[in-house]
Order: sequence, then C-alpha cells, then structure tokens
Amino acid sequence: MSFWTFIAKRLAVLLPTLFFVSILIFSLQHMLPGDPAIALAGEEKDPEVVEEIRKKYNLDKPVPVQYALWIGKILTGDFGISYRTQIEVSELIVSKLPITLQLATGSMIVALLIGIPAGILSAARRGKFSDGVSNFVALSFISVPHFWLGIMLILVFSVHLRWFPASGYVPLTDDVWRSLVSLFLPCIVLGTGVAGVMMRHTRGALLQTLGTDYVRTARAKGLTEKVVVLKHALRNALVPVITLGAIEFGHLLSGAVLTEQIFSIPGFGKLIVDGILNRDYAVVQGVVVVSAALYILLNLMADIFYFVANPRMRG
Amino acid sequence: MSAAAISPATATPATAGPAADNRSRALRRFLKRRAALVALAVVVAFIMIALAAPWIAPYNPIATDFGAVRQAPSAKYWLGTDEVGRDLLSRLIWGARASLLAGVIPVTISLMVSIPLGLLSGYAGGWVDSVIMRFTDAMLAIPFLIIAIALAAFLGPSLTNAMIAIGVAALPTFLRLSRGTVMSIRTEDYIEAARAVGNTHLRIAVRHILPNMLPPLLIQGSITMAAAIIAEASLSFLGLGQQPPSPSWGSMLNAAQRYLPTAPWIAMFPGLMIFTVVFSLNILGDGLRDALDPKSN
Amino acid sequence: MNWKKLFLTAIAAGTFLSTGAGAQSTLRIGLNDDPDGLDPALSRSYSVRLTFAAVCDKLFDITPDIKIVPMLATGFTWAKDGLSVVIKLRPNVKFHDGEPFNAEAVRYNFDRNLNLKGSFRRAEINAVKSVDVVDNLTVRLNLSEPSTPLIAALTDRAGMMISPKAGKELGDKFGTKPVCAGPYRFVERMAQGRIVFERFKDYWDKANVHYDRVVYTPITDSTVRMSALRSGELDIIERMSPSELSEVRKDNRLKIASVPELGYQVIRYNINNGPRGKLLGEDPRVREAIEAAIDRETLVKVVFNNEYIAGNQWVQPKNYFYNSALPVPKRDVAKARALLARAGKTGFTFNLIVPPERDRQEAAQVIQSMLAEAGITMNIVSQENVTMLTAGTKGDFEAYFTFWSGRPDPDGNIFQHFSCGSRQNDQGYCSKEMDQFTSKARQVAAPAERKKLYDQAAELLLRDRPVLILWHRNIFTGHNAKVRGFVPYPDGVIRVKGLKGA
Repeated sequence: MSFWTFIAKRLAVLLPTLFFVSILIFSLQHMLPGDPAIALAGEEKDPEVVEEIRKKYNLDKPVPVQYALWIGKILTGDFGISYRTQIEVSELIVSKLPITLQLATGSMIVALLIGIPAGILSAARRGKFSDGVSNFVALSFISVPHFWLGIMLILVFSVHLRWFPASGYVPLTDDVWRSLVSLFLPCIVLGTGVAGVMMRHTRGALLQTLGTDYVRTARAKGLTEKVVVLKHALRNALVPVITLGAIEFGHLLSGAVLTEQIFSIPGFGKLIVDGILNRDYAVVQGVVVVSAALYILLNLMADIFYFVANPRMRG
Repeated sequence: MSAAAISPATATPATAGPAADNRSRALRRFLKRRAALVALAVVVAFIMIALAAPWIAPYNPIATDFGAVRQAPSAKYWLGTDEVGRDLLSRLIWGARASLLAGVIPVTISLMVSIPLGLLSGYAGGWVDSVIMRFTDAMLAIPFLIIAIALAAFLGPSLTNAMIAIGVAALPTFLRLSRGTVMSIRTEDYIEAARAVGNTHLRIAVRHILPNMLPPLLIQGSITMAAAIIAEASLSFLGLGQQPPSPSWGSMLNAAQRYLPTAPWIAMFPGLMIFTVVFSLNILGDGLRDALDPKSN
Repeated sequence: MNWKKLFLTAIAAGTFLSTGAGAQSTLRIGLNDDPDGLDPALSRSYSVRLTFAAVCDKLFDITPDIKIVPMLATGFTWAKDGLSVVIKLRPNVKFHDGEPFNAEAVRYNFDRNLNLKGSFRRAEINAVKSVDVVDNLTVRLNLSEPSTPLIAALTDRAGMMISPKAGKELGDKFGTKPVCAGPYRFVERMAQGRIVFERFKDYWDKANVHYDRVVYTPITDSTVRMSALRSGELDIIERMSPSELSEVRKDNRLKIASVPELGYQVIRYNINNGPRGKLLGEDPRVREAIEAAIDRETLVKVVFNNEYIAGNQWVQPKNYFYNSALPVPKRDVAKARALLARAGKTGFTFNLIVPPERDRQEAAQVIQSMLAEAGITMNIVSQENVTMLTAGTKGDFEAYFTFWSGRPDPDGNIFQHFSCGSRQNDQGYCSKEMDQFTSKARQVAAPAERKKLYDQAAELLLRDRPVLILWHRNIFTGHNAKVRGFVPYPDGVIRVKGLKGA
C-alpha cells in the first residue's frame, strides 16, 4: 500500500464516521428523559408556551423527521440556534473553539513536558531511584481526583497565595499574558493527569522495545546506551505514545467537563454539559459533531504518523 | 523520516515454553517485587474491609446525629462526622463496597467486550476492522457524560446502571488499544513462523497474540479503574450514581466539596481513600505487567 | 534568570495587569449560573433578572420592603370597576438607540409580551385585553377582569420596556443584543462567559449611576465564586450558600447583606394528578403524619446553620400576608405514629424525587432520617431538574422537592399553584373554597381585605396539605466593602444604580 492510497482510504472513512456520530448523538439525545419544551418553559410552565416551543423547534415531529431536518440543515452549514439563548450554534462553536483549543494545547504541553522525559528516564533507569520517583509522581497524578485537585489548587494558589485568578477566562485577543495566566491552573490540573498516563505509556512502550531483538542488535553493535535508548528504541516506542496522545488530545477537546466547570472556563465541555442539562438539543448535537470532526482529523493524523513510522504496516 | 532504520535486524522465535512453566515464572517474578506485594496487600485489605463492613463499622453508616453535624475527628467519631451528622469512618468502610465495585465492574465490562472485538478487528482486518473501528471512532468522539447520562437515564438512576454506563463509555479506549497491539505484532516474524508451521488462526490468536495484548490492557485497566471511581462521583453529581443515603467515596467527596474551606476532613478522608486504592491498583498493575510480559526478563 | 525568579516576575506582571486596567471604574458581579437570552419576553432564568437591572428599566419597581414605586412610569390610577388602569409615563426618557420612550413604545411592549411566539410574560399579564394611547405620556390598560396583582407583575420582566425599533429589527433574536432604557447599555456577551455593559450617557437618572461599566460573569462553582470575591476579582456575588458565610464574615474587607426571599422551598405531593396520586392523595392523615414527623427548626439548623427561615406558608413568617395564627408546628413523632396507625398505614413508604443539588439533597436526607423515626420510609430518587419537572407535569411522581422563586404579590405564589387545574398545580389539588379565596383576592384592591382572604386560604392550605412548605431562604449577597450603597432586595436582584466604588 502506498502512502497516497493509505491517505485516500482513511479520508474515505472520515465521512461515514461522522455520519455515524451524528446518528449516535442524535439518538442518545432523544433517549434522554425530560421534555426540552418543559425545560425551556421554566418554572412558569405555561402550556401555551410549551406548545409553541415544540412547534418552533420541530419537537412535535417524529424523531426520524427531526433528524432529517437537522442533518439536512447541517449539510448546508446551518447548525440551528440554541433553544435557550437564541444564539446561532455556529456562532457558539466559533467563539468556543479557540478557548477549547487553547486549554487542550496548554494541557498537552504540560503533559508532554512532564510525561515523556519522565517516562524515558524511568525506563532507562529501570529499578533505580529515579525510576521509583517518576513512577511515584506519575501514579500520584493519575490517582488524584481531578476536581479535587482543582479545588485544592484554587484554595492554595488563588485564595491563600493569590498568585492566580480563581476563575474566569481571559481571551487571547484581549491580553495574551493574562489569558495564559487564567488558564495556568486548569492546564496544570488537566495536564498532570494526562502526563501520568503519557509517562506510564512511554515507559511501558520503551521497555517493550528495549527488549526487542533489533535493540539488542544495536547494543551488540557497541552503541552507547544513550544512543540505543534515544535513537533506536525511543523512535519505535513513541508510535503508541503518539497515538495515545492524539486520543487524549481529542478527549481534552470536549471532555474537560469538570475542570471547565470548576474554573468557569466557557469551553466545549461546559457548553455540552449545560446543553444536556437544559436539553438544548441543537447546541449539544452541533458541538458534538464539530468536536467529533476535530477528533477524527486528529486520529487521521496519528494514523498517518503510525503508517510512516511503522513500515511493517505497509505489508 | 527513514522508517527502514528501525526495522528488526534478525528474527528469533520468541514463543515461550509450556504455558504452566510460563505462569509459574511470572508468579515468581511478581513475588519478587516488594512494591507490588504491598499494593496487593492494600487492595486485599480494602476488599476485606468492604466485605466485613457490617461487623467492623462502629456506627450505622446512615444513622444521623443532628447534635453532631460536621464535627472534627474526636474520640467518639474517629474521623469526624459528615454534613448531616453521620459517622465518617462508618461511611468510608461501607463506601468501600460501592467504590471498589465502581472501579472493577466497568473495567471488567470493557475488557470482556474489547478483547474479543480487538482481536477480531486487528487480526481479521478488512471490512470487519473498518466497521469496528468506525464504531469506536464515533463513540470516542462523543463525550463520556452524554453516553453515561443517556444510558443511566434509560436504565434508571442507580449505582449498577452508573457502572454499566462507565463501562460502555470506557470501551473505545480499550478497543483501540487492543486492536493497536494486535496490529503491531501480527506481522512479527514469530507469528509468521507460527502460521507457516500450520497453526490455525484461533490458535495463533489465543496462544501468541493474546498474551501480548494483556500487558497494555492491564496498564490501561489500572488507569481506567481510577477514572471509573472518579466517574462514579461525576455521575453522582448528576444524580445518576450511588443513591443517598448510601455512601460511596465518590459521592462523599462530591457532598464534601462545599465544606472544603470550613470542614476539610469531610473531603480529606474519601479523597485519601480514593487516592490510596487507585495508587495501589496502579502499582499492582505494574507488577502484573512486569511479571506477565514475556520479554521483560 | 532562574526559574523561580522568572515565575515570580511573571506572577507580579500578571497581578499588575489585572488590577491596573485603566481609569474606568468597573463593577464586577458574579452570577451563580449562565443567564439565558437577554429578552424580557423570552427569558426565564433567574440569573438573567440580575443582568436586566443594568440594561432594562421597568415601569415600576419594588422597595426593599415590597412596596410598589414608579420607575419609567410616574404613577397609576385604577378605574372604579377595576377593569382598567391609567399609567402616567416619565417624560424625556430615551432608549439606548436614541428612540424616545412614550405611550406608543409602551403599547408596543405590551403587544410584544402578549403576542410574541413563546413569550413567558403572556401568562403574567393576560388580564390585559388592549392598550390605549391616551396621550404621548399616558396609557390605559383595559382588562378582561379585575386584576390587582397586575401592577406587581410590571415590577419585573413584564414591565421592562425595550426599544420598539430594536425589537422590530431583531425579533426573537432581541436577547442577543438588548436595547432598553436602563442605566447601562449592552456592549458584548461571550457565550457562557461575561456580559459587559457600559454607562448610558442619556439615562434619565444618570446622577445615580456611578460605575462606568458593569460586568457579569457566570461562575457555577460556589467555592470558586467565593475565592474570586475574596481575591478581589469580583465585587459582588449573589445567592451565597450558608456554608460560605463564615469565611466571608471573617474577612473584614468583605460584607454580607441579606433579606428573606419572596418564594418558598417545597415538597409537592401528588394527591390527584393521575394514578400515582393515589398513594399520598388517598388519606390526608398520611400527609399530616409526615408533617408531624418533621422538625423544621432542626432541619434548618443542621443543613443551613440556622441561616434560613423555617416556614410553613407561601410567604415567610415576617411577611404582611403571613397568617400568624398558624405558626410553624412543632415536631410530634407520637402523633405521627398515631395518625398512621389510625389510617391503617403503619410502615408507610413513598418516593421523593430530589434534584442533584446539594441544599435539597442534604435536606432530603435529614427529612428521611426524621421520617424513619416515625416509621415512615422515604426513598430518595435523584433526578435532574428537567426530568423532575417533566415527571411533575405528567403526574409521574409521588412527591418531588422543588422551590418557587416567589413574586412580590402573594397572588404570584398562590393562584397558579393551588387553583383547580392551574399550570403550576402538579399536585392535582382542587378545592372550590380555595378557588373562591384566591380569585376574590385578585379583585379587591385594599391590602387589609386581601390579607383576610389569604389568611383564610392559608388555613385551607394547612388543612388540605397539597404541598409541604419547609423553609425560606435568606438571600445573601456578598460584596467588597469598597462597594458602597448596596441594599438587598427580596427579589434577589442587585440594583446596580446607586452603587458607588470607593
């Protein structure tokens, strides 16, 4: 299989996957108990209003018809409007995407800066003191509940030390520096969690490749351990680590729910959860489809990397 | 990038000896790791505590003492009392049941589904692989909470349903991982060799590929248990986890959140319990990995 | 430069930037949740009412002790038959887009609230049949039936006046770019983030507007909200929970103001809303037993540190319309047991739906424990708010734990909740007597006469027990001591007009 046929093949599955996502999210949404019209009608619950809302958002039509209407509009680029705030869903997405990307990127940087070096160190010095320390730290990162860590960091760094703002997001366009500061604690919370996972996978993958024959051969050729680890073993070991990185990054795009909640960052995660709680169908569906598209693209990139890095896959 | 540089130089059949011999060697390797043994002891101790809860808990975990609400640890209440005056120690002991189950059941569900599917997908390839992978991609792309809420709401709010929801939500990661491992080793030379000798596909899958899948799955499993215990707390937050007044560590932590500045011990102990168990599970997973990985010696 | 130094410099720079934002004075208010659209007709959330205080003035307002005072109107006169009311308007008022505020604008607003698709205000003012423009600054509202509570409705969203020009242009998207006649103009809104307003130069009462900008930021986590107040990132936070108060009281740079809410926290029983109403509806002695088993004082003490007010009626005990002959009853477990035994319901069991919100989750567990002592088993079923409300409307419940935000006029707390077939009446409660009292109270204007009617209605409520009212919140507003002139209002809305920075 040549590189280009591989790419073509992967691109060909992109649309079906997205289509599958749209059906899945739509059915999941409509399985939820609770009537969106009642959610919207608020505590007044005026039955007339409830009926009008149902009509306005096509909620009175059969579910398959609703799906067809929705997907038809999506194909023309119309994501509909938020039932709750009357804001265009596309506008919501465009305004949230930079925030979410910034948070995810920042967290990923934290994760990579800690996770990969610690993993390499740990594998290279297997059984030594530094291995123990890295392992201990990675495990601690994984074992601490996120929202707990978040609140602890707020208590210490915002309330007592006053080093960081407790909450609120400052857009990059407003002020680059304050923007970075406003996301520092959440990136630490999210990043350390991912760092723990990255570290463990780097270590695991590296140990596995260190045990393989061609690494033994490299050693037999008389190369120094540093060259063996960093040049030969690491390249192979990084393949699964990068695949995992793509998955984790994808999770960060929409899954930073609790962290976004605690630090009041108006990103995708908060948008989706508020949307679910308020049964704001158009918002949830629109945001999920877009974050799914991003996620799939990320995976495509990881696959390309996998392909390029691992010649054996070319069969 | 020159991919050829990292291709294996020579091929030596890596198939190990008789399985029983393999297993005893793995056990010996495991027993040699002190940290793993300590972790095992901790996990076993927690399981014992969970099982013995009715006999060792000093108080009824749901009995309230309105005269002693949010009290700091004392001689009467060793770890203090919670937001409605219940003994924290007793709730922690009883909560171990829910929380350990919330860690174990989802992972078990995920493993049981993902191993056969991953084998099938990675080994069979072709359209079977495509369908399974599209399914996985689609699921991975949908946030965990939506899947969990929808499923749990569908089934009705309870701890059991929350665990099923978490298990299903965790599935795609396991699937990808197991399939990925299969993909990376099915072209290994010893597999080719086994095939050349005339082994059946099933035999190759079970004897040669499965053992290689286990280490990464075990690592992921130990991580997912942590995530599952915490996920139970998130679902409790939405009213879909453990139902009050029954305790689980996750829901205790959730309830304690608002008293963090004034009564930190309510959050401290369940947080500590989660930390300890998850930490031990991870070390245990590591020990198992080292012991089971045939290449690790 | 070493890392530590770099880090500290970075922090110092950040602090500098965040405080030295320029000479403009900004009032920063933290909201408990993200408001919905800023359209007086189409909005329904509680928090949006706080933002409206900056942008939309109303025809009337209430005082802290719930009296009605003019705002964009200057006064009103009821016709003798109670079938029309003449409202005089304030002269020289401009909307943010420069359009004049006049009788035509008022008529437009009533038309819009009554006819816009999905308007939540229709139900509040549906007694209004038509609006006559008497002259440029006088309107007459013609009613289909006498409705004393109408003026009180005009102290809230139904009385907010939007610019007719902007309303026509934006239609149902008005909420994305509100144009009203309030002290501040809308500048921008980050979806699920801050909402920014700036001072309106042509405001009719600009002598009382002191801050240049008002910024509302929704922060859902209470710990974070409080941290932001303590660290000075926010000037005011609303609806603080009792568990946070002690921290703020310790800090002498902060102040807390409080006032009892207009609404009530309530368990609604299903007594006749579909087949599930049989369990609790069949025998009123069961509901009497439940009430006897509960100790409201202890409940408020345990869950809310005594910061809230135990209650049993639709208004809080110090309200003018509270029937003081029927105070909060004491707990009597023996009586509860006896009642159950007489009803033949020993070992009675029912399900209470509780939303996953800490106040009610904790209260429900306390109640559960109190009921257990009287031999009643109450199972707590957690359900999200939307699911619970849907179940409530459909009658798919035995009891659910909710609250009513409250209205300045008692009618808003009573009529739609307890009249036969009314829309808030998920209980399925229907009593001819009750309907007589509540309808009559709408027709008479003299407060003393209305009080008599409501006192009688309260007696009925406490005899029939279609609901169990448990407590009233105090609305706690925390603010920086630098913010001067803050007065709490029982509707919980922070009047930004009149607030001054140090």
